[in-house]
Amino acid sequence: MRAKVLVTLKSGVLDPQGKAISHALGALGFDGVREVRQGKSIEIELDETDRTKARATIDSMCAKLLANPVIETYSVELSE
Amino acid sequence: MKSAVIVFPGANCDRDVAVALERASGIAPLMVWHRDTELPDVDLIVLPGGFSFGDYLRCGAMAARAPIMPAVVARAKAGVPTVGICNGFQALTEAGLLPGALMRNAGLDFVCRDVHLRVEEADTPFTRRYEKGQVIRIPIAHGDGNYFADDATLDRLEGEGRVAFRYVTSDGEPTDAANPNGSRRNIAGILDAGGTVLGLMPHPERLADAALGGEDGKPFFRSIVEHLS
Repeated sequence: MRAKVLVTLKSGVLDPQGKAISHALGALGFDGVREVRQGKSIEIELDETDRTKARATIDSMCAKLLANPVIETYSVELSE
Repeated sequence: MKSAVIVFPGANCDRDVAVALERASGIAPLMVWHRDTELPDVDLIVLPGGFSFGDYLRCGAMAARAPIMPAVVARAKAGVPTVGICNGFQALTEAGLLPGALMRNAGLDFVCRDVHLRVEEADTPFTRRYEKGQVIRIPIAHGDGNYFADDATLDRLEGEGRVAFRYVTSDGEPTDAANPNGSRRNIAGILDAGGTVLGLMPHPERLADAALGGEDGKPFFRSIVEHLS
């Protein structure tokens, strides 16, 4: 099973990188950009074939390492 | 005074802090490799500055999960004075020993220069040789020193006297202009609830010898020695 974990900053947490990207987009002439938030994507290949178990493992990985709950939140996409 | 400096791959201030500790105490600290799982019986634990594990994932995230860390966390929670400088501060927050997180500098620049700090608490194992409110000059060198915590946590830190250092002007004012990285409430260093774990972004070990251009960092190490003697 393949998992795609998307880690993003919580809303309300200032994202200086997103802000810089937003400014750069404006400088390139892209108007109407309201906000940019940058995150990171982590792809994980698992031996596990059971979706529920795989999801539980990924949640545990996020809690222990992949995301910092003080500033970040995450979402998980599972595929065969 | 027996102290241990935890050595992580990518740390680059482990020797500097060892020199400062040896000068202050007369005893060279033990250099403990991050893959060790047992920590010798010591009076002080130091997590040094640098770029452990290349700052991969998040600064300090890998260091906080290194094999030595369960022993460090257990000892720190038992009250052994523990200090994390720069990358070490990041690792202490990642390990859950200190609240909040260190984010990318608000200006996105890596900031490497001397800053002025105000000593907010002088009644700690790390600051007793300073005076409360004293303004000192200490170098910073980081890209991710932007201290973040929610309002409730910040209020608690302030209410409990756990903000150890703040970025200020040379006159001691915590203005926006004196804040080099966007840290909330100009916070440069904080203590844990027991007052024995300190994390700070500035590097006192880099200005603890006249030959380095200043000695404002010297009392930091003298404080620890005095506290432990």
